Amino acid sequence: MKYLDEFSDPALAARLVEQIHAATTRPWAMMEVCGGQTHSIIRHGIDQLLPDGVEMIHGPGCPVCVTPLEVIDKALAIAARPGVIFCSFGDMLRVPGSGQDLFGVKSAGGDVRVVYSPMDALKLARENPDRQVVFFGIGFETTAPANAMTVHQARRLGLTNFSLLVSHVLVPPAIAAIMESPRCRVQAFLAAGHVCSVMGTREYPPLAEKYGVPIVVTGFEPLDILEGIRQTVTLLEAGRAEVRNAYPRAVRDEGNPAAMAMLRDVFEVTDRTWRGIGEIPGSGWRLSPRYREFDAELRFDVGGLHTAESPLCRSGEVLQGLLKPHECAAFGKQCTPRTPLGATMVSSEGACAAYYAYRLVTHS
Amino acid sequence: MCLAVPGRVLSITEADGVPMAEVDFGGVRKEVCLQYVPDVRVGEYVIVHVGFAIQQLDEESARQTLANFERMGILEEEFGEVPRRVQ
Repeated sequence: MKYLDEFSDPALAARLVEQIHAATTRPWAMMEVCGGQTHSIIRHGIDQLLPDGVEMIHGPGCPVCVTPLEVIDKALAIAARPGVIFCSFGDMLRVPGSGQDLFGVKSAGGDVRVVYSPMDALKLARENPDRQVVFFGIGFETTAPANAMTVHQARRLGLTNFSLLVSHVLVPPAIAAIMESPRCRVQAFLAAGHVCSVMGTREYPPLAEKYGVPIVVTGFEPLDILEGIRQTVTLLEAGRAEVRNAYPRAVRDEGNPAAMAMLRDVFEVTDRTWRGIGEIPGSGWRLSPRYREFDAELRFDVGGLHTAESPLCRSGEVLQGLLKPHECAAFGKQCTPRTPLGATMVSSEGACAAYYAYRLVTHS
Repeated sequence: MCLAVPGRVLSITEADGVPMAEVDFGGVRKEVCLQYVPDVRVGEYVIVHVGFAIQQLDEESARQTLANFERMGILEEEFGEVPRRVQ
């Protein structure tokens, strides 16, 4: 079978694929929420090993992709200020704002730095007391505890030159929003494993019950994804809208209580706009009033920006699972990883970038 | 940035009241914050995301994942360094 020899354990992969085929009696459409899973599925051709009619719909789980244009533009405005050291994860640097990207700001003389951890940004703040250090706090529940801790620590250390530009997003409200869409075709979810490492699984049973969908917590290595699909198909065929944990080595039902306590202390739930999708109620975190002094949006007055998406970009439909990347007219033509129109092509975890890297030959 | 990588705790220290560790990711060593896994000990494995350990992991699972990541070139993508070896 095509691709199987690329798996770390081809025999186990073959067994899982056989079990999925044996269990499937009709077409099913399931969404993998996590961008890391999307990347793994396309890279290893997992979708092409599945029975005809079993479709993987790619979800919105790439934090770089869903960060709204308005926030990118705010980041660009803050990074361009004199006296500011603007810190970000590397994959944010090429995300296009309305005009340019963070690389453009850096080229024009802005002090934009890539860090591995938000703690590195905190270190920069201590080393540069005469400069304002701003960290771009994006990400899902997996990343938020790190950023929360950084703000908590900045307060403890009495740092007045550190702030966070916050655009955190939450998975369960996004699942609800996808299911509420009148165009929704999703019948089951592979939930993002490392989100659940932090938050646990307890938010999922009410969603599974309300929307009548199985939700299977899944890792992102190729064999993990096949196992997640196997369990999902089994639940779908049995008509059971239940939650299962197919990633127990990294996910406990209760999640990580210490991380969750810090999140509740530093952040509060807010409505959040997702790039390409729009506002989802209660789908994000912002700094709680106790930590508002560390909010970069308040420290630097960056309201009233005019934003403009590319009229050619259809990444919003890709993020909602309504369009496959190669079905967009601009894919691989006006829009490539070197000249991205939208964030799903910029981030290596974006669905468009994954298709470009591994499927361009077959689809262009 | 979504990736979380397993690594082995080599040593534990404290910096400004925060538990920190040197963690080995199949040959790449990084400083990691242990605030969220306060019970972890030297020699044990943790899953690390953006410099923070978010869960403990058993040794066999960690070694398998590290071997897979090394084979797929993921460690190099994540850390920008070529690992010296995979344990």
